[in-house]
Amino acid sequence: MSQPSQLSTEHPDKPVIPAVNYLNADRGVWSWLTTIDHKRIGVMYLVSVLIAFLLGGIFAMALRLELLTPGPTIMGANTYNRMFTLHGVVMIFLFMIPAIPGVFGNFLLPLMLGAKDVAFPRLNLLSLYLYWTGATLALSGMIMGGTDTGWTFYAPYSTTTPMTLFPVLLGVFILGFSSILTGLNFIVTVHTLRAPGMGWMRLQLFVWAIYATSIIQVLATPVIGLTVMLIGIEKVGHFGLFDPSRGGDPVLFQHMFWFYSHPAVYIMVLPSMGVISEAIAAFARKNIFGYKMIAYSSLGIAFVGFFAWGHHMFVSGQSSLDNGAFAAISMLVGVFTAIKVFNWVATLYRGSIAVKTPLVYICGFLFFVVFGGMTGIAVATVSLDVHWHDTYFVIAHFHFIMVGAVIMAFLIALHYWFPKMFGRMYHEGWGMVAASLIVLGFNATFIPQFLLGNAGMPRRYYIYPERYQALNVASTAGASLLAFGFLIILIYLIYALVRGPIAGDNPWDSRGYEWMTTSPPPKHNFDVTPVITQDSHSYQEPGEEVEHVVI
Amino acid sequence: MSAIEDLLRQILWLPEPNSTFAPRVDQLHFFVITVTMIASVLTGLLAFFFFFKYRERKPRQSTPLVIPSVKFEIAVISVPLFFFLLWFVQGYKDYVWYTTPPENAMDVYVMAKKWMWKFSYGAEGPNAIATLHVPAHRPVRLLMTSRDVIHSFFVPDFRIKQDVIPGRYTETWFEATKPGRYQILCSQYCGTWHSQMWGEVVVMEGPEFDQWMLEQRKGALSARVDSGGDDGPAFHGSIVEYGKQVAMNQGCVKCHSLDGEPHIGPTWLDLYNKKEVLENGETVIADEAYLTDSMIDPRGKIVKGFKPVMPTYKGRLAAPDAAALVEFIKSLRTPGLEAVPSKEAIYEPAKPAQH
Repeated sequence: MSQPSQLSTEHPDKPVIPAVNYLNADRGVWSWLTTIDHKRIGVMYLVSVLIAFLLGGIFAMALRLELLTPGPTIMGANTYNRMFTLHGVVMIFLFMIPAIPGVFGNFLLPLMLGAKDVAFPRLNLLSLYLYWTGATLALSGMIMGGTDTGWTFYAPYSTTTPMTLFPVLLGVFILGFSSILTGLNFIVTVHTLRAPGMGWMRLQLFVWAIYATSIIQVLATPVIGLTVMLIGIEKVGHFGLFDPSRGGDPVLFQHMFWFYSHPAVYIMVLPSMGVISEAIAAFARKNIFGYKMIAYSSLGIAFVGFFAWGHHMFVSGQSSLDNGAFAAISMLVGVFTAIKVFNWVATLYRGSIAVKTPLVYICGFLFFVVFGGMTGIAVATVSLDVHWHDTYFVIAHFHFIMVGAVIMAFLIALHYWFPKMFGRMYHEGWGMVAASLIVLGFNATFIPQFLLGNAGMPRRYYIYPERYQALNVASTAGASLLAFGFLIILIYLIYALVRGPIAGDNPWDSRGYEWMTTSPPPKHNFDVTPVITQDSHSYQEPGEEVEHVVI
Repeated sequence: MSAIEDLLRQILWLPEPNSTFAPRVDQLHFFVITVTMIASVLTGLLAFFFFFKYRERKPRQSTPLVIPSVKFEIAVISVPLFFFLLWFVQGYKDYVWYTTPPENAMDVYVMAKKWMWKFSYGAEGPNAIATLHVPAHRPVRLLMTSRDVIHSFFVPDFRIKQDVIPGRYTETWFEATKPGRYQILCSQYCGTWHSQMWGEVVVMEGPEFDQWMLEQRKGALSARVDSGGDDGPAFHGSIVEYGKQVAMNQGCVKCHSLDGEPHIGPTWLDLYNKKEVLENGETVIADEAYLTDSMIDPRGKIVKGFKPVMPTYKGRLAAPDAAALVEFIKSLRTPGLEAVPSKEAIYEPAKPAQH
């Protein structure tokens, strides 16, 4: 990756890549597969989740193509049903959940804490292997016959379908362990490996976000493991747990499933909020506005998120009283998110803003997270949900948060930390082009889906009434733009990896602690253990007098 | 006002509001979506404006330290909270109204199965597949159950939706406001042809509906004679008829008489809602729960004077069969004590919320 010719000493001002860094300190495939270096594990997660994202994206495009016409277009009904299950399972369990914590959490958390590694480096490697095992199992199950239950596995459909289900369930079960171990590792790391001078109120906001996420991962994930195990037990042993014809209760399954899967949404969203806090501060050259409010609201979301699961079940026959309680609790999540949004926008105020590629995504993110978040409030409003439940409105809301917030944040993180991870810079012009295409394509894909939901098109429909065709065509057209944008990114990032200009240690002049070491960092992160003397995201020089503004 | 609402409805691709519930949903919908649009566009524009106004003019420029005041913190918490709670309160009020069927509602039984809807109008009424005839301007309550997996009954024009669950009854109700034909869609994924589990609500003017009902009852009687002995998915009789057939097939009537004479087991005549004294001296009401329990666990609660000889039907009776049996037992009434059809409801209608 680093060639000796570029380490020329003739131009001392020219940025150089350190001769020995984590990427080349050990060589060979075996050194990667047995590494316990959190940075290498992060890079391997990056490659893995990108493959998962590519797969999930291909499935999504196949679905959108199928929906171009009201009747059968390119596949049969059973293939379509397997395809949306594949799309959901791959995107959620293989991409969304591990994406930001697995890649950027692993790579950056120790750097941001001034530590040499995570608390349990071997356990960290085990998490990655569990992820690979779970992913292989889930995907092989999909190939061997395929699962057609949707990623929600609702009983008694899932316990009675003749299709292959077991490998997928086992895969999800194992992926859960990967998630739990990562969360546990991060919690212990934040508690025990902070550098001298790093108090809790000096933690970077990305660390706070990952910390809150880890708590959810450790507490909620065991429940999904249990739930899929019970489905397996019912299917194999014919016990009546969820199937009413054997004395079980299908709604019980929904409670258990959403008790994990609602907090799981925050496992995906919270890290992305951490990324935004980091990037906004760096590109606006500003102390983050309302640090404590942002940090505590992460914990607030993590806590309240555990008590909102019932809003997925407003039309399931759940009692009206329960529905009211779950609706009221759901409103609180919206308030915590609103606090963060206000603080991000206020951070831009009177900054010195470098309009670079990540900023385009941030602008998109702010719109998407407000619209996606508030349509979440809309579907948590019980009477409105009666109409929208299980329609494309919910699909659009979910994708506004999952794609509009999480994938935008993933792309921001990828661009902001790319020079940190690989020491090279991507092409700014192409970055801008791709970012604009993606923001545009995203709107074109998902805004029509809100309208489809209003018009009453249910989700998971292979055949649909003709009146829904115009909006479906619009959505598919938007999805093609989106796919084209991702393709451009893939090309220029691969090019940058090999041929990109050398970035230097801190190309953004960021004050994040992770930039205190070289880019890419040495194998053990810091040659000298850093001592923290300033608050995080502080853009004042020590002793510098700056204007104080209270708004 | 209504012109604006119609315009918004067109912009938002909403179907016409053709039930008494629909305008309530739409009005709150317009309020919520308008505020959402304004808030999200303003946020995006404000960020964009800041990018321009505070763009980097020289590298490494120092920036002021901006600190939130207590007032600002209170504002960012209370403004969103105010709107969210307002929507919650209005939405929940409408929801409680929607889940409280009027007491004079006409009952229709709905049976969902892969991948069709079946409707029946109580003991005397006709049965239909896929098409639900109802009168306009009269409340209709649907009592729904499924024979296999979870389905969901959705009529976009009425803005109503309710999951239909095997092994239990769920209910929903509506009052159509305009004669016409409205599509029923299944909105809970139920397998290969989930996307084609469609039906239709045909809304007729009141008198026209009454006439239709009369004709159907005559027709239904002759149709039932034709379909005698037919079983399983193709069964066209009412739920009660179906329950009777289950009772014959399962041999229930070998021990339970239908004429009031006690035999090996208690008679089924007038059994429903009867107070029974048990072996241990306790009393129970023979309601749906007790009847169903007794099929699954017959020796749990033995009526005084009878021997615990009945075998369990757990695993031998599918959930819909059990439900049909209960309906059959409920239909066995001494003439004179006959209840009017709407009182045969599975659930007593809840009292309307405070007005």
